[in-house]
Amino acid sequence: MSRAEWLREDRLPHIYCSGCGNGTVINCTLAAIDEVGWRRDETVFLSGIGCSSRAPGYINTDSLHTTHGRALAFATGVKLARPDLKVVVFTGDGDLAAIGGNHFIHACRRNVDMTVVCMNNQIYGMTGGQGSPTTPPGAISTTTPYGASEPAFDLADLAIAAGANYVARWTSYHVTELTKAITTGLQTPGLAFIEVRTQCPTNYGRSNRLREVSDMIEYLRSHAMLVQKYERLIAEGKPIPEGTFTIGELVRRNRPAMGVQP
Amino acid sequence: MSRTEFMQGNVACAEGALAAGCRFFGGYPITPSTEIAETMARRLPKVGGVFISMEDELGSIAAVIGAAWTGARAMTATSGPGFSLMMENIGYAAMTETPCVIVNIQRGGPSTGQPTRASQGDMLQCRFGSHGDYSTIALSPSSVQEMFDLTAKAFNLADRFRVPTFLMADEIIGHMRERMTIPDKVEIASRPPLPEARLPFEAGEDGVPGFAPFGSGRAIHVTGLTHDERGYPDTTDPEAHERLVRRLVAKVESARREIADYEVVNPDARVVFVTYGAPSRTVQQVIHDHPDKGIGHLRLRVVWPFPEFALAEFPDARVFLMPELNMGQISREVERHVGQPVVPIPKLGGDLHTPADLLRALEAYL
Repeated sequence: MSRAEWLREDRLPHIYCSGCGNGTVINCTLAAIDEVGWRRDETVFLSGIGCSSRAPGYINTDSLHTTHGRALAFATGVKLARPDLKVVVFTGDGDLAAIGGNHFIHACRRNVDMTVVCMNNQIYGMTGGQGSPTTPPGAISTTTPYGASEPAFDLADLAIAAGANYVARWTSYHVTELTKAITTGLQTPGLAFIEVRTQCPTNYGRSNRLREVSDMIEYLRSHAMLVQKYERLIAEGKPIPEGTFTIGELVRRNRPAMGVQP
Repeated sequence: MSRTEFMQGNVACAEGALAAGCRFFGGYPITPSTEIAETMARRLPKVGGVFISMEDELGSIAAVIGAAWTGARAMTATSGPGFSLMMENIGYAAMTETPCVIVNIQRGGPSTGQPTRASQGDMLQCRFGSHGDYSTIALSPSSVQEMFDLTAKAFNLADRFRVPTFLMADEIIGHMRERMTIPDKVEIASRPPLPEARLPFEAGEDGVPGFAPFGSGRAIHVTGLTHDERGYPDTTDPEAHERLVRRLVAKVESARREIADYEVVNPDARVVFVTYGAPSRTVQQVIHDHPDKGIGHLRLRVVWPFPEFALAEFPDARVFLMPELNMGQISREVERHVGQPVVPIPKLGGDLHTPADLLRALEAYL
């Protein structure tokens, strides 16, 4: 299989802004699918609404670009009706955690056999840069002009608490690790949730002194801390730098799953 | 061999769906529709189907649409407030031409209103409830038998026209129990397949594209955005949008005669009742009690697309009387199509019109 075969080249050029991290995530996802050897006619991509959710439109398989927040509910229907199909969902932080929060926790609770890749750019990108549930406190957006005042959701923690079988978090800087994590997710029965912290230079960076793409990627790289190191520092009672978030494989377990092919 | 049973309307609805080959039900419990979900939960696993109680109604209809794209016959059932919650995804089903069946056992509204009382208050919502222009098909049973028959028929219409199709019953029909016949087998129309040479959203002369379920190797992109015949988003071209929306409306509206299903009683009558659903039963009682008065009755089993030509079956009609369990939602539609006066006879609160109610209304015109 060639990865080019999986792209709808007649859809190009794509609509993503220059410097957007979503292309990296699509690339890593296709590399992971290549790795596990799924066929195009057995793989279905789903998404909700937003920049992340345009991704299935560029992939040459059956795909369902649905309503805002509801992708996991649509995916549940696809997977339960045809357990032999492989289901991958692309989503974003607003799509998944705000309007889609209820579907997110229940899909994790049911542990439906699918892989959910969340492109978390911490902003509503497509609609012009409004604050989302993952916008960090203090960050400027068009709806948080004085700095976000609400705590941000930790999506990976949420997925773990709700019951997903596999949860990992990486960034668009960590392409090798991300590809590996998605590969593991595809192979894990039950719900695999992979959060990818990714850059949005257009609508996040320019309001938060990270105008250059490289600035944003450097920010992600320098604030990410491998979960093992994080836990060691905590155990040793050492301070954690402000703005740090954990990366790595956060949970892998074998709870009963729904929609697994018998 | 067909068999006769004494059955509740909601159970008959579920049985009709099963007989029609429904193999996926996604729902969320809401009175007075719950017996449909309960019956499906019990019965579907035994026939190799899937029942899932979703987290809410938005998720229910979403799961149904997802299941429908795998080729399954899929259904949900709800009541007023749940129906309102489904509206965005009903529009999505219309835009993506997803065949699916949505049952609404109507209760009193607005808002949570009267959960255990009957109403026909959602008749316009099922036609116009989602944003934008589109058209749908709505059937309205007035007996337990029709809960079975019309549910099965709804799947055929949904598949034939690739449109979300509604069974708009009310609490009275949903909860009544009466004798009904379960036929040996029901007619099952197949979804017209997508020919090799056609694009996924390229329609034939009847305006309905062929269907290629997920997993069949056609790599179909389905989006709620305005799309071209390939299924690719095309959101800024005015012509692409107009072409698509006009086709979505026309494929249903131009087939009104094919879809129409109604019953005519006393076509030479001068006073004619027009009904659908539970109020039909009171009119039947009045005609039974007063066969001498020459009362006409047009009973609609399909309400949308509205079969305006059925009104012409009463050439001598001087007046159309419309008992409805709402403030006159379909009477306005009738008014659009006739020169004679149309008199709404609204009934709110959950009770059916009594024969005396209708006789009082009749007196002025006989």
